[in-house]
Amino acid sequence: MIELLSQYPLFAALLALVGLAAVFGALLGYAAVRFKTEGNPIADEINNILPQTQCGQCGYPGCRPYAEAIANGEDINKCPPGGEAGIQALADLLDVEPLPLDSEHGEVAAVPSVAFIREAECIGCTKCIQACPVDAIVGAAKQMHTVISSECTGCDLCVEPCPVDCIDMIPQQETLQTWHWQLPDPVSRRVDIIATDTPQDDASRDRAA
Amino acid sequence: MRKTYGFHGGIHPPENKHQSVRTPIADAGIPPELVIPLSQHIGTPAGVIVEIGEHVLKGQMIAEAQGFMSVPKHAPTSGTISAIEDRQIAHPSGHFAPCIVLTPDGRDEWIACSGRPDYESMDKLALIDLIRHAGIAGMGGAGFPSSVKLSVKPGTEIETLIINGTECEPYITADDVLMRERADQIIEGAKILRYIIGPRETLIGVEDNKPEGIAALRAATEGSGIEVVQFPTKYPSGGEKQLIEILTGKQVPSGGLPSQVGVVCQNIGSTVAIYQAVVHGRPLISRVTTVTGAAVREPQNFQALIGTPMRYLLEKAGYQPEKNRRLIMGGPMMGFTVPDIDVPIVKTTNCLLAPTEDELPTPPPAQACIRCGMCAEACPASLLPQQLFWFAQGKEFEKLEHHNLFDCIECGACSYVCPSNIPLVQYYRASKAEILQMRRDHEKAEASRIRFEARQHRLEQAEAEKEAKRAARKKAAEKRAQSAGADSGEDPIQAAIARAQAKKAAQHGAGGEQSELEMLEKAVVSAQKRLDTATAKLEEARSQNSDLVDALQTGVDKTRDKLAKAEQALTAYQQAQGEGGAAQSEPPADAAKAAIEKALAKRQAEASLSPAEKARADLAKLQQRLQKTEATLAQSRSNGDEEKVIEALESTVARLTGKISAAEQQLQQAEDA
Repeated sequence: MIELLSQYPLFAALLALVGLAAVFGALLGYAAVRFKTEGNPIADEINNILPQTQCGQCGYPGCRPYAEAIANGEDINKCPPGGEAGIQALADLLDVEPLPLDSEHGEVAAVPSVAFIREAECIGCTKCIQACPVDAIVGAAKQMHTVISSECTGCDLCVEPCPVDCIDMIPQQETLQTWHWQLPDPVSRRVDIIATDTPQDDASRDRAA
Repeated sequence: MRKTYGFHGGIHPPENKHQSVRTPIADAGIPPELVIPLSQHIGTPAGVIVEIGEHVLKGQMIAEAQGFMSVPKHAPTSGTISAIEDRQIAHPSGHFAPCIVLTPDGRDEWIACSGRPDYESMDKLALIDLIRHAGIAGMGGAGFPSSVKLSVKPGTEIETLIINGTECEPYITADDVLMRERADQIIEGAKILRYIIGPRETLIGVEDNKPEGIAALRAATEGSGIEVVQFPTKYPSGGEKQLIEILTGKQVPSGGLPSQVGVVCQNIGSTVAIYQAVVHGRPLISRVTTVTGAAVREPQNFQALIGTPMRYLLEKAGYQPEKNRRLIMGGPMMGFTVPDIDVPIVKTTNCLLAPTEDELPTPPPAQACIRCGMCAEACPASLLPQQLFWFAQGKEFEKLEHHNLFDCIECGACSYVCPSNIPLVQYYRASKAEILQMRRDHEKAEASRIRFEARQHRLEQAEAEKEAKRAARKKAAEKRAQSAGADSGEDPIQAAIARAQAKKAAQHGAGGEQSELEMLEKAVVSAQKRLDTATAKLEEARSQNSDLVDALQTGVDKTRDKLAKAEQALTAYQQAQGEGGAAQSEPPADAAKAAIEKALAKRQAEASLSPAEKARADLAKLQQRLQKTEATLAQSRSNGDEEKVIEALESTVARLTGKISAAEQQLQQAEDA
């Protein structure tokens, strides 16, 4: 055998390569079984970026299903609550071009809102409770219902099923606790050093653009 | 002389402190209305415990602490609660916030309060609780609840207690005048703090621009073991972390607390408030506030009640609104423009600055960053302000965090030195707020996700339970069926069918006529039996002369009738059997089947016949039926049956006669054809 190999070095090399391939193949095969990842890690990461309003505006029943759909190649611009920032984050994560928000799935709300049940009009039908994806409505059959506003994601899925139309979406007012400093007005950074930098000139430039 | 250390960066802005220290602290008196905001500190706002119209005494608690990070509020003077409503407060947002409005009665009547000059016999935790109940929150500007700061985690060894008398920001002299006038109270307060914390050394740090204050403190600390440390003036050496570095040379780690390096810091103003609370039992209801700036004629320090409107205080100092364009709460470096001159002063209002336009001009428009690096040289936290500025502009929050944005103390040194007048601190404040908002949003999203998943799980579980119940029911039914089948050795349905068939067979089987005959015989026998018993009873009744004789007699008659009928039926059947002969001896296997077969056979027979033959057969059949009906009619007449029956039979006979004539005509036609 050794003699044969020494006589045919090409054969020896082939044998060595095949042997190595077999060993590493076995190693990889073992690793694939031993370190198997449960679930879809990409979908998990996408789900972390999605705003978890569970509103279904994307056409999927919740954020998790949409995350899975994105992982399988769905467009990233179907989430209005996530807004442009959300699309940008998804684009960064998936290394794709950020797309403008698909307006057929809704517009970005200027301010987040929460559902509010006009309690005097509630008939206690529990339809909104069944519709709420995050269990943010308390109540029982023939008892008044109310929204736990801190848990409400503002998805407005409860508005449509209400037979007496007693649910309003109320935009959240800015309070002392939610107020924060804004970035300086870019206008204050306008350089007024040379004569052509006058505001009038600026306006005409805007028109030209 | 103790060795002091330095810290990175810092600036030397004009101090402008001399204007307001020319006169001693003046009592501002009681304004016509006091507005006490419920939130004057960092943490949860206090909860109102008084009602509108209620009369309160000076020092009475009107709002209680809610939770750990909260302090109560007290009535600054005696009077009536005139409103509990949202009022504009001293906040850069200009928002309204819940406030208690107190209309003073002018008597300034104290609630009964007793101090604890013997505090050294008290439990330390009880002492901290006492400080908390006195509503003391950091009076240097941030408003961090003092009790929280003093509640050092057990096991943490505090080496140094620092009383912060730096007051590094320009214009402000509130702490300076306290040192000059109330050095003994500061020292007493420091002793209380020393007792609570138990440090190895207690230091009072003062910048060297307050020689009178230092002298007064040195005189008061004689023999107390508290050291007054003087160090060179530089802004912002009053920052907690900067002061710790100056006095001890230790740096508080990024994102850490001073207690991690064995230091606790307290402001001079808070120290005096703690002294008042512990020794005299008086809660924090007033503070020393500097009113200064070129737009006030007599800049000075006031002892002002918490809730005093700023306008009232400014007017006492000779405010000239025409000269003043904006009113600043705090100093020129870290203060903010108050939205309205009528907002009340709070526990953190150390200074009201009313500058003229010349004194503190509106910042010129910002220009482009030229990367000069002066901001980095000035930064006391050793950050890279221009780098942070770029990231803030691009909203690159992750990079901002990596560059330790949250170590920025917002001192404003970078903006001060910036040759391009870029409002750098505003960028950092906005970015910090944005990041915090994002964290909150993410937390909320996480909570929503958990709730959504929990709901999903619950629904799935409910569905699975339902499914399981359904399966269990199905299984149970199968089991029952199996056990039933095991008894008879076959399927229950099959068994039922078999039973039914057996019954039918028994009725129509080989012994069908016999069983009918038997039944009739049985009926005769039982009727005979009943008649016998009835007759016996009648006999008995007769012998006893009973009233029942008549009734029994009718019963016996009836039974006899029945017997006769039964016998008649039996004989009739037997006769029919005899007449039926061979035709009826053939047992019909299945009545329906036989009928169908008969009908089929008949149709076939009819189909094979010619029309004439068919007509003839029909005629024959009709004639047969007529004969039968006539026979029945005759029988009925002879029997004397009801008229209706006879009529019916007569009409049938007439109809049949008609039909026969029609059939005869048909036959005629068929034959002709």
